[in-house]
Amino acid sequence: MKYKSQKVAYWFFALSMLLLSLQIVYGFIMAFAHMGYDVLHQITPFNTARAVHTNLLVVWLLSGFMGAAYYIIPEEAENELVSVKLAYVQLISLAVVGVVAIVGYHFNYWEGRKFLEIPRPLDWLVVVNVLTFLGIILVTLFKGKKRTTTSLVLTMGLVFAALLYLPGMIWFDNQTMDSFFRWWVVHLWVEGVWELIMGGILAFLLIKITGVDREVIEKWLYVIVGLTFISGILGTGHHYYYIGVGKAWLIIGGIFSAMEPLAFLGMALFAIAMYRKGEKKHPNKIALSWTLGTAIVSFVGAGLLGLAHTLPGVNMYTHGTLVTAMHGHLAFWGAYGMIVLAFISYALPNLTGRKLYDSTTGLLAFWLSNIGMVGMTVAFGVAGVAQVYLERKVGLEFGDVQKEIQVHFVVLAVCATFFTTGIGCYIYEFIKYGRPNDEALETITNL
Amino acid sequence: MLSKSQAKVFFLGGTIVTFAIFLGLSWNSLSNEVPKKTHEENLTPQVISGKHIWEKNNCMGCHTILGEGAYYAPELTKVYERRGEAYIKAAVMSKTPWAPRGRQMVAYAMTEQEANDVVAFLKWIGEVDLNGFPAKPDLKK
Repeated sequence: MKYKSQKVAYWFFALSMLLLSLQIVYGFIMAFAHMGYDVLHQITPFNTARAVHTNLLVVWLLSGFMGAAYYIIPEEAENELVSVKLAYVQLISLAVVGVVAIVGYHFNYWEGRKFLEIPRPLDWLVVVNVLTFLGIILVTLFKGKKRTTTSLVLTMGLVFAALLYLPGMIWFDNQTMDSFFRWWVVHLWVEGVWELIMGGILAFLLIKITGVDREVIEKWLYVIVGLTFISGILGTGHHYYYIGVGKAWLIIGGIFSAMEPLAFLGMALFAIAMYRKGEKKHPNKIALSWTLGTAIVSFVGAGLLGLAHTLPGVNMYTHGTLVTAMHGHLAFWGAYGMIVLAFISYALPNLTGRKLYDSTTGLLAFWLSNIGMVGMTVAFGVAGVAQVYLERKVGLEFGDVQKEIQVHFVVLAVCATFFTTGIGCYIYEFIKYGRPNDEALETITNL
Repeated sequence: MLSKSQAKVFFLGGTIVTFAIFLGLSWNSLSNEVPKKTHEENLTPQVISGKHIWEKNNCMGCHTILGEGAYYAPELTKVYERRGEAYIKAAVMSKTPWAPRGRQMVAYAMTEQEANDVVAFLKWIGEVDLNGFPAKPDLKK
């Protein structure tokens, strides 16, 4: 690392690791419930486990993004973070909001709106938290010596993400309106501005790892985020097919969301091309695996598997079935989970000064978690397609169909065990690196 | 070959144009389509209260409505038509977990009034014009 204040990133990554572990625990609770072993029903019924599982995902990813921003911005802007103390306050408040929300979900303290379950008073805390974060980032950036495209795209993604949180806080009496604006948050986050954040982090990693000229990388970064927005904004229409709005969305949503994989394809080709073009071969093999991995898996998970059920004729039958869970898992993992893990793998040696670049545990973490997640996706897919045919085409009762597909959740749990072992290896490495320290300063600046 | 500034124009231009179209279409949907398709005149205080109860208990954490939610319990958009009022009331008023096919629902033990509100909400949502969703099972004999 080049700046002392970058060390704060470490603690955001540590929070990420903690929340990711908890997310997996709640995933298993749900998998067992699907198998017919809803043994924790009294303490953690399915709706609690589900809210905890998805909210933890959002918070660990956000914590990872924030950590990445605290690392990247000083280096890109050539300026220490303006206030490290405030960054720690922000970290603690993020952790507090997360913990209160999760505990609250066990006591019916929530809003009950998919992905936006956080109750209103806590929403305001989130707003204050994010404003503090953005304040630190923006002031650092504008007081800095340089404003690079990478840092601007990353910052733009973070600012838009904050703004788009607001439509989710408006109260509507009409369920259709509620749903309409909920997607402004959820869809425009994950298929819009979060891709800006991902693109910014990916560009930074590629510049550092491949040594390709910044101008080349940043030019393609613009093209990719351009494709993202052109397809993704109107692609919101795929959530509007069947919620009580007009049929124009069937056409608009169908066409533009079918274009969404292009942005991810661009990202994958871009990462691979830069890697092949790069003359400098960075010794951090593990960060390289995750960086290329995120570009490729996001194309498969978010791009192709999204396309698989985005056309209106298909979505008529798959909407609201386990097919969505299939796409959701590999998409979030590939596009956002892996980019955070890629960044942590890159940053840890620089923050701590220890160079565990090529460890077996590190590579095992990469392969086991990916194989596990692909297996889980297949299990969800098989269960989902069977559900669609038996329930939506043949017209069997929901409950009867669920019994028929229980066995796929056994497969899911087995694959999830592989995944968990991989994440366990990753966290073991994380702990082995130890704490960040000032001795790591400058010594490895060019890596 | 494309230059960096051209790429930037592509990004900014594309974003502004598509976002403008998106806002226009959204405005049209919200002001012209939603009131008619959802029969906004039927949004009585009872229906709204039903929506509150729906959210307070995170029903979407297991069920789907308008195809949105979780995939652990049945889709409820057309439940009023499918099961009728008495069945829905029995499920939400039950003091022991409702489990018709083995899978347990949280025992909400709602009052008569709360149950009526939930029914009103589900009846209203069942009448929303959803462009044909959910499709009728076409292989059903």
